[in-house]
Amino acid sequence: MTEIREAPSMKAVARDLVVAVEAHELRKEFKVPDRKKGRFGRKTRVALDGVSFTLGRGETVAILGQNGSGKSTLVRLLSTLLLPDGGSAVIFGHDVVSDARAVRRLVNRVSVEASFFKKMSSAENLGYASRYYGMTAADTKDLIPEILERVGFPRDRRDEPMENLSRGMQQKVALARALLTSPVLLLLDEPTTGLDPRSKLEVQDFIREIRTNHDSTILLCTHDLAEAETLAERVGILDRGRLLALEPADDLKRRYGCGTLEEAFFSATGRAFEAEGDEDDEDDDREVFA
Amino acid sequence: MRALVSTMRAELVGAGGVVERNYYLTKRYIWWDVAWFLWTVANTLTIVFIAKGIEASGGNLDVNRTMTTLLIGAVVWAYLGILFEFLMETVAWERWEGTIEYTFMAPLSRAMHLAGQGVFAIAYGLLRATFLFAVCAFLFFDLAMPNAQFFPAFVVLVVSSVSFIGIGMMMSVLPLISPEKGTQLGFVAQGTLLVVSGVYYPVSVLPEWMQWIATISPATYALDGIREAILEGQGLTAMWDELWPLMIIGVVSIPMGLWVFSRGEKYAKKHGKLKRSG
Repeated sequence: MTEIREAPSMKAVARDLVVAVEAHELRKEFKVPDRKKGRFGRKTRVALDGVSFTLGRGETVAILGQNGSGKSTLVRLLSTLLLPDGGSAVIFGHDVVSDARAVRRLVNRVSVEASFFKKMSSAENLGYASRYYGMTAADTKDLIPEILERVGFPRDRRDEPMENLSRGMQQKVALARALLTSPVLLLLDEPTTGLDPRSKLEVQDFIREIRTNHDSTILLCTHDLAEAETLAERVGILDRGRLLALEPADDLKRRYGCGTLEEAFFSATGRAFEAEGDEDDEDDDREVFA
Repeated sequence: MRALVSTMRAELVGAGGVVERNYYLTKRYIWWDVAWFLWTVANTLTIVFIAKGIEASGGNLDVNRTMTTLLIGAVVWAYLGILFEFLMETVAWERWEGTIEYTFMAPLSRAMHLAGQGVFAIAYGLLRATFLFAVCAFLFFDLAMPNAQFFPAFVVLVVSSVSFIGIGMMMSVLPLISPEKGTQLGFVAQGTLLVVSGVYYPVSVLPEWMQWIATISPATYALDGIREAILEGQGLTAMWDELWPLMIIGVVSIPMGLWVFSRGEKYAKKHGKLKRSG
């Protein structure tokens, strides 16, 4: 089991909060190619190794980790896209495996890739996606323009195909798509990776606004140390599938006797923190169909 | 009760969302669809011309009847191709565009998700099949169909579509299991289904073991019913021999298709295949 070091003060706070997410000993393994064992050889790679943590309602928690540390696997497990090999995760009292449909009503996410039908416009993409959450055309007629305006998306580009938009613009539409369904748990999987500095700041500002104005719990997986420090109340360090620590950034720095979060990360993992790299850090986790 | 009504409403709205999405996509890719339709017309013509070729080489046959028989086979082939294509795209296209994770984490039940996909496929496929039949029968060949009963033929095609959708659901799981080759395997299934169903010939010419498979293929009854309506002028009441097996196969194939798809989805979630590529 991975021991999670939570600061006593935060434990006290957590007791008073409604629990939004409770992960207990979460484990996920994948079979990956192993060339040493021949053409069809495979080995087991542990993506999450007994991860346990609790998120309080309304809390924003950032998870820092290198490529392949298990961040995306964690997000996929919580969004019911993966089945765990061990342990459990409960979101507002609903188990992600046995009560997946109830979980899906509560959760939405923004991933590193905006992921839209590229030939369709932002309004069309948001329109059909909101129907999956039971929202009729009448429900979204005013809501979609309103949300797009709030994320700073230009009114005159709403009918343009997504393929004509910059990555920053697409990511704003992705944020709008997530917010449209009023999720009580928002999973942000490297939402600013690969964005230009201006778009990055705009997306971060919007995440701040969600924190302030919405009753959403946010789990932010990121490469960006400054982003984690400024946006999150607690910061977790995930390394090789193990959650090494989860506490306020200042407590982390104090614990490891470091002046910066980067140094704290190095002390915790024994490895230097990589800047943005491979955007989809767990592509290799997919098992190979042989 | 109120919660049930609310859930049912949300499910129907969700299925409508799938139809809405496919409408937008069809609109955006309409010129590609026109090009694909021209290919289908060319393909159909090559098959129908076989009857003329046999006559020209001295064969003794009722050319008009043979051409109509072949045309019906080619149109049903094309129709089935469209249905399977839409169902297969449930996974394949979403994986390519990267939306697959967002769709599969939405609270829409898989049954209504696939139903939405099926409803659009049937509507689009029927429109396309009707147009294909009209273009080939009347524009190119001026085929005589003095006794043709088009409405019963249309009803048979609609009823058979339920079974086709059920089989399509089973096929659509293939890209989920194998992102690389799953879609191509769907075409294999389409061809296999039609070869045992008498697509261009009577089932009676097939080996006995294939004739047995033909009895459980919905395409057999669809082809028989449509040919009886168009060539023999049979009305809807005379179609009962084709309609009841189609209904039974439909009732069995839809739940079976959902079950197979749910197993495939579980497998994909277990092994991390429910994610984007491309």
